[in-house]
Amino acid sequence: MYLDPWRPVKNAIITHGHSDHSRWGHQHYITHHTNVPIIKHRLGAINVTGKDWNESFVINNVRFSLHPAGHIIGSAQIRVEHKGEIWVFTGDYKTEDDGISVPFQPVRCHTFITENTFGLPAFKWLPQAEVMTDVNNWWAENKADGKTSVLFGYTLGKAQRLLKHLDTSNGKIFTHGAVENMTEVLRPMVKFPPTTLITRETKREELIGNIVLAPPSAHGTTWIRKMTPFVTGSASGWMAFRGARRRRAIDKGFVLSDHCDWYGLLDSIKATGAEKIICTHGYSDIFSKYLREIGYDARTALTQYEGDEGEVSETDTKEEAA
Amino acid sequence: MKNFAELIKTLDSSNKTSVKVDALTNYFRHASDEDKVWTIAILSHRRPPRPVNTTLLRLWANELANIPLWLFEESYHIVGDLAETIALIIPTTKENSDKSLTEYLREMIALKKQTDDQKREYLHKNWLALNYYERFVFTKLITGSFRIGVSQKLMTRALSKAEGVEEDVLAYKLMGDWDPDKISFQELVLDEKSSDYLSKPFPFYLAYPIEGEVSTLGDPQDWSIEHKWDGIRSQTIIRDNSLYVWSRGEELVTDKYPEFNAFINVIPNGTVIDGEILPFPEGQIGTFNDLQTRIGRKTVSSALLQKTPVIIKAYDLLEWNNEDIRHLPYDERRNLLEQLYENVKDIGLPLLLSENKKLNSWEDIAEERLRSREMKSEGLMLKRRSSPYQVGRKKGDWWKWKIEPLVIDAVLTYAMRGSGRRATLFTDYTFALWQTNAEGARELVTFAKAYSGLTDAEFRKVDDWIKKNTVEKFGPVRSVTPELVFEIGFEGIALSKRHKSGIATRFPRILRWRHDKKIDEANSIEDLKSMIV
Repeated sequence: MYLDPWRPVKNAIITHGHSDHSRWGHQHYITHHTNVPIIKHRLGAINVTGKDWNESFVINNVRFSLHPAGHIIGSAQIRVEHKGEIWVFTGDYKTEDDGISVPFQPVRCHTFITENTFGLPAFKWLPQAEVMTDVNNWWAENKADGKTSVLFGYTLGKAQRLLKHLDTSNGKIFTHGAVENMTEVLRPMVKFPPTTLITRETKREELIGNIVLAPPSAHGTTWIRKMTPFVTGSASGWMAFRGARRRRAIDKGFVLSDHCDWYGLLDSIKATGAEKIICTHGYSDIFSKYLREIGYDARTALTQYEGDEGEVSETDTKEEAA
Repeated sequence: MKNFAELIKTLDSSNKTSVKVDALTNYFRHASDEDKVWTIAILSHRRPPRPVNTTLLRLWANELANIPLWLFEESYHIVGDLAETIALIIPTTKENSDKSLTEYLREMIALKKQTDDQKREYLHKNWLALNYYERFVFTKLITGSFRIGVSQKLMTRALSKAEGVEEDVLAYKLMGDWDPDKISFQELVLDEKSSDYLSKPFPFYLAYPIEGEVSTLGDPQDWSIEHKWDGIRSQTIIRDNSLYVWSRGEELVTDKYPEFNAFINVIPNGTVIDGEILPFPEGQIGTFNDLQTRIGRKTVSSALLQKTPVIIKAYDLLEWNNEDIRHLPYDERRNLLEQLYENVKDIGLPLLLSENKKLNSWEDIAEERLRSREMKSEGLMLKRRSSPYQVGRKKGDWWKWKIEPLVIDAVLTYAMRGSGRRATLFTDYTFALWQTNAEGARELVTFAKAYSGLTDAEFRKVDDWIKKNTVEKFGPVRSVTPELVFEIGFEGIALSKRHKSGIATRFPRILRWRHDKKIDEANSIEDLKSMIV
């Protein structure tokens, strides 16, 4: 039994649908039932079992159960119990209720394996309502200037979170194909505002003053030329850094993340009551050193992310981590 | 402060010149006169002296963030900017401040003289009273320069649009030695008073690098050819028995070069000379490295004056007999300059003429360019004989035709994270060359640092490689397995006691990544030394 394995295995418990956590090629997938349509959409015909929140199942004398991680729709923490010893693996998680996924619930445990994507005191998020007010005001300003707003957010999760909270009194919401397809998969589970897919037939004039939701990888492609005149915005935790925004040549950065900020990580760790903390991807060296200073038994574990320290990289896999 | 912070945010987040000019124009139309003066001062690098050193800033910011100092330092290395790190780690409160930019700057000037306890209290109070971006701008005002891609030219254009004062006139008014704490907006921008202009230089005319074939410039007879000197571009002003020396960065540097006081009472009042400040040890043009010993010093010892004296290589005359002669054709200005030089050349002033030539063919000109290293110049300047002296960087009449850089293949040995835009990537590299040590073994010796010349895509690749091939970490610096070879270009070379390799290179940068070379094929320190003229 493996958790979010990155080499093909017989049995895999999957925390959520992002491609760096749910890879192709396992013989049997176990995941939360709301994640089933997502990974089926991404991985095609796979052998998958959906579980409920808190539903426990025993494999080789080890008791497993899934608990909400609040990262994206269907994202789970995995609780593992063996001979009274409890471990929790977070996958990716955030503490704020985003209005579309089941909010994170801390699970009491002895050992807590936590991600650290934004594990630096420089990362502190503002409440979602404030950020979305900024996004909607930005859209209204661009509209007043006669421009199309192009907002980048990762295809699964960020795009739907933005969609859910866009103010449709500003105008219509158009989508890139990747965002449209994923949103279709999620519509049975969440009520979203209507969207219009941009096709070859879509006219430039129809787009002006409206907003377009697109994956970050669409930035700088020929696809985007149809939006002219347009203004670009990006919603990601990395937008907290001026350098990250400028390097990507984005007009406007919104600091909105599906991961915990500094306080989110510290508060979550405290809430689990765990004494042993294992830090994975992100700024895990720095974060675990700090945890040791404040009295935890903390260490880092190697994951496939270790090579790049979870820093801003331009590839799609890491956009996903945003 | 709120509208100034908003302005900086807009300037910082756009790459489009039109957006920046509009934001500035709009700001100038609405800001108070006092705030406008301070804004002009800040955007033209006239900020008050730093009231608190960065060690104390870190310490006090850390107290509010309640984190260990090492964690602050780690965050700083990743964020890449001190003011931004401070603004990020300090908690945001519900407090609010309506103080104006001018009030803040006056407080900062007063703060410099206060005790550490008072400074600490002031910073704590104000950091907590500002929102994130205001806190960033406030801290930037304390720590140093705003690098937000706004040139003086761009600011002048916006101010001209907002105030209806001609751009060239404004550029002239904004130069020189004015104190934002004492001057009013009326005096600085709107009033027309000739007496104020005593110390004022003219805006420099700057050349563009030559594009394409030099022969497309037409008849070689239309061009004056001279060497492009590698010193400090300067304007020397003699008016009313006083001397003012300006560097191109619009810094008044008169006190740094006392040699030039000899011009007073010899060169007639009402004269402005455009020329290059050059080191002149032992009666010969030295290297830029020699000049470095003079640049940083405000007061100069007599020993240094003797070891590294400076001269001015004069190439143009902008004012003569108290008259602005910039509109005259280059040839006429040049004649007047030569007359001036003829009258004083036997007195032994630290003044030389930058010789200009008329050459008959582009081949001859190209040949002259090849003599540049021998002449200790960076290449040639081509000036149209009929052209007036213009303002700023304009294409058409002045061209620089630099020599190709010196090149050497070197091995990447250390890397550090960049700053600003490149803060999350390893983009600052240290390069080494081979040397045979006392035991006869070949070892790599550091010779230069470079952080420009690769494309963003290449930097990402090298960054990725560095992370996988790190040998040791020393704070922000990593040593890497010696494996990658790069072609390094540089403009000049000189022996130096301050460098481990014994050699200082001028403006080293990466020319290309030599995928085809192994480290054994990189050059040696001896190869580098053989390039010294």
